[in-house]
Amino acid sequence: MEQQHVAHTDHFDPVASKLGMWLFIFTEILLFGGLFIVYSVYRYKHPVEFHLAAEELDVTIGLINTIILLISSMTVAMSITALQLGNKKLTLILLGTTGLLALVFLVNKYFEWGAKIHHDIYPGSEFLLSLSKGDMLFFGLYFFMTGLHALHIIAGLALLGVAFFKVKNGSVNKDRISLLENGGLYWHLVDLIWIFLFPLFYLIH
Amino acid sequence: MSEHKNHISSYKSQIVVLLTLIVLTVLTVTITSVHLGPFNTAAAMLIASVKATIVLLYFMHLKFDEKIYRFMVTLVLAIYAVVIIITFFDYLYRP
Repeated sequence: MEQQHVAHTDHFDPVASKLGMWLFIFTEILLFGGLFIVYSVYRYKHPVEFHLAAEELDVTIGLINTIILLISSMTVAMSITALQLGNKKLTLILLGTTGLLALVFLVNKYFEWGAKIHHDIYPGSEFLLSLSKGDMLFFGLYFFMTGLHALHIIAGLALLGVAFFKVKNGSVNKDRISLLENGGLYWHLVDLIWIFLFPLFYLIH
Repeated sequence: MSEHKNHISSYKSQIVVLLTLIVLTVLTVTITSVHLGPFNTAAAMLIASVKATIVLLYFMHLKFDEKIYRFMVTLVLAIYAVVIIITFFDYLYRP
């Protein structure tokens, strides 16, 4: 603690920094939490339609994306371990891997959405408007919630990208790891949301 | 905070966590492919909650960090649970 007195203009409080990140994560939890409640209420009101509409979704691609996100969560957690142990090169490799996995997730999502749109299933499409209210609600929520989640993937990718370059130039290091830790927390949050999205949209039987 | 509190997770423990999460994911897919009526969703949500807890405790480090974070997360999730319960009290008992 003592050596921190040297740099008097440089305030650094890792506990408060993480506290701030958690507060932000709570707002994200409540944002998606609200959507999950909307989903549950509409599913309760239209059980059969939700069941049938969910059959349209591709379980395999959903499962692959789940596993991709889980692995990327591990690589980001490992990159923090690597930096704590002072292994900068491994940190960068692991962060790069995480970014790559995030891109694979987005490419999968592109093909998944592409197939839906190709079959004329997208919010406001003529085909969807001809279906029942329950189907419209299911696909509306599907596109909105997975879309919002994909936006969070992009935001997480940007955040981890910043962390990558700051680790590279040394401003994020063994002794000042907060940015990487907080970036990691955000990435795990994205994973956490997907853990609930996957069974609720892809696995209704 | 003092230095000795800085817990470093081992690579091995993180691989174990990942494998557990993947096993639970495959289990969810298997369970929901069998027809158990409403129990499918209940089982899927139960397993998802277990997975979320594992991510929170190990990947998000709540198990090793200062207790204040764990306290806050628990509080927020409890508030969220109350909101869900109140919402469904409303919808389940509407005429």
